[in-house]
Amino acid sequence: MSETSTVFPREAHWEGEGTHRIPFLVYTSEELYKRELERFFYKDHWCYVGLEAEVPNPGDYKRTVVGERSVILVRDADGSIKVVENVCAHRGMRFCRERNGNRKEFVCPYHQWSYTLKGDLQGVPFRRGVKQDGQVHGGMPADFKTSDHGLTKLKVATRGGVVFASFDPDVEPLEDYLGPTILGYFDRLFNGRKLKILGYNRQRIPGNWKLMQENIKDPYHPGLLHTWFVTFGLWRADNKSQLRMDERHRHAAMISTRGSGGKAEQVTQVSSFKESMQLHDPSFLDIVPEPWWGGPTAVMTTIFPSVIFQQQVNSVSTRHIQPNGHGSFDFVWTHFGFEDDSEEMTQRRLRQANLFGPAGFVSADDGEVIEFSQQAFESKPFHRTVAELGGREVENTEHMVTETLIRGMYRYWREVMEA
Amino acid sequence: MEVQAMATNIHFEDWLALTQLYSDYASAVDSGNWDLWPEFFTDDCVYRLQPRENHERGFPLATLSFTSKGMLRDRVYGIQETLFHDPYYQRHVVGAPIVRRAEPGRFECEANYAVFRTKLSEPSTVFNVGRYFDVVARTPDGLKFARRECIYDSEMIPNSIIYPI
Repeated sequence: MSETSTVFPREAHWEGEGTHRIPFLVYTSEELYKRELERFFYKDHWCYVGLEAEVPNPGDYKRTVVGERSVILVRDADGSIKVVENVCAHRGMRFCRERNGNRKEFVCPYHQWSYTLKGDLQGVPFRRGVKQDGQVHGGMPADFKTSDHGLTKLKVATRGGVVFASFDPDVEPLEDYLGPTILGYFDRLFNGRKLKILGYNRQRIPGNWKLMQENIKDPYHPGLLHTWFVTFGLWRADNKSQLRMDERHRHAAMISTRGSGGKAEQVTQVSSFKESMQLHDPSFLDIVPEPWWGGPTAVMTTIFPSVIFQQQVNSVSTRHIQPNGHGSFDFVWTHFGFEDDSEEMTQRRLRQANLFGPAGFVSADDGEVIEFSQQAFESKPFHRTVAELGGREVENTEHMVTETLIRGMYRYWREVMEA
Repeated sequence: MEVQAMATNIHFEDWLALTQLYSDYASAVDSGNWDLWPEFFTDDCVYRLQPRENHERGFPLATLSFTSKGMLRDRVYGIQETLFHDPYYQRHVVGAPIVRRAEPGRFECEANYAVFRTKLSEPSTVFNVGRYFDVVARTPDGLKFARRECIYDSEMIPNSIIYPI
């Protein structure tokens, strides 16, 4: 019997030069997934953990994840932001069970080891033993030092109210990590105004985590899959648009300016375009331009590997990718507004949120297509996708009729994964 | 949450009409005939599908938030024409409503619900579990929902919600 299987290969085979044919195996291999966690989520990279507005006061905390590891984002007594791993230094318990709250210290209920909000171990019960009949029983060894047994502390970067963390103490500065082009789009959205949390949506999507990055690096599908986008001109192939990447092609921004909608040659010859479609209630699309947009009506930014920043007209959100195994991830949406929003604008953002999220008029089907792609990947991992719209190169463009951002991400993926 | 008593000033005819409304609604949203759904509501109704987390923490965001019967009709059109999705059956099991407040022509009610989803070639699974918080209004066409909030416990939506809860 042959050692190598033609249906279930062990190594990903990339056809041709470049990354325009993506092996199904990169979505199905548990071994590659573990390497991705190690190389993308736990080393050299910044991961999104939340917004400062989620922990406004000293002691406020929020439990979240970096990759598959549970971490706590907390505001320390001095107002600074810390991120510590939710694993007790003693017996390894994930001690923090609430998703959010306010604490003066962290205490693991198992043996009551207590930590400061920074993660320093401050108390160990019976450390010096228990006195009984003039004798001291037990206790920790004399050379036990609390300073050796803190919680794992992550490196933290905050910018514009957004918090990133990294297990890697040597990770480059966040600004260098994003690069000047993507940083520009980041700062456009998070320009220093205080953020106001509007709430969360949580969905579990049975597909590989990279598929969500790819979905928002793929400007080809929105004008085809999403009727609302093409019919109302929110996002379609004839909109004025740019695609931008950082130097290493891991992050990207898709920038688009809404056209007038309606009929046009080519782009509306698609079955999803519905010329006669009229909303019974047009207030879903009560769009009011905001000064900070500076032109574009939509900028979708993918920060590799963990987050997507959404601006689609007046709806803004962060979308946190939380992988759990090679074939599934949790997708957590945090919708927000800005401190200086009028009540009218807040209501508008909330109304437009109907387009997005796990039931949204536009986004619900993104999760569906990811699930059905993953189903096929699992059944024939020897095969590959084709990402050749706009050529086989990796380049910034002044249009959206291309899959160049996906090719770019996999160029970076190969650099890191095959090193 | 404050424990409230059940209203006691309700007549049998009203109770009968209310329980009929709840049963009819469940039957309609499980039928696959989506056009039935908006007709359970008043013209200026509120329909919200919201995670319990947002509800309890005072965050206004809902998974779906509609403020007119027109929006419900737009949702029906979305289900039928614009939202690509895996077809599925849904089955609501709704508890008897508890009437928190009864006023002339207006009732505030709550009811537990569980929705099961069955995809083609798949076993049935628990899909969405929560509680309805409702305001029911008496209209010339019978009892209608002036407000229906579906506050769901389910921490993770299994991919997507397409059909009305």
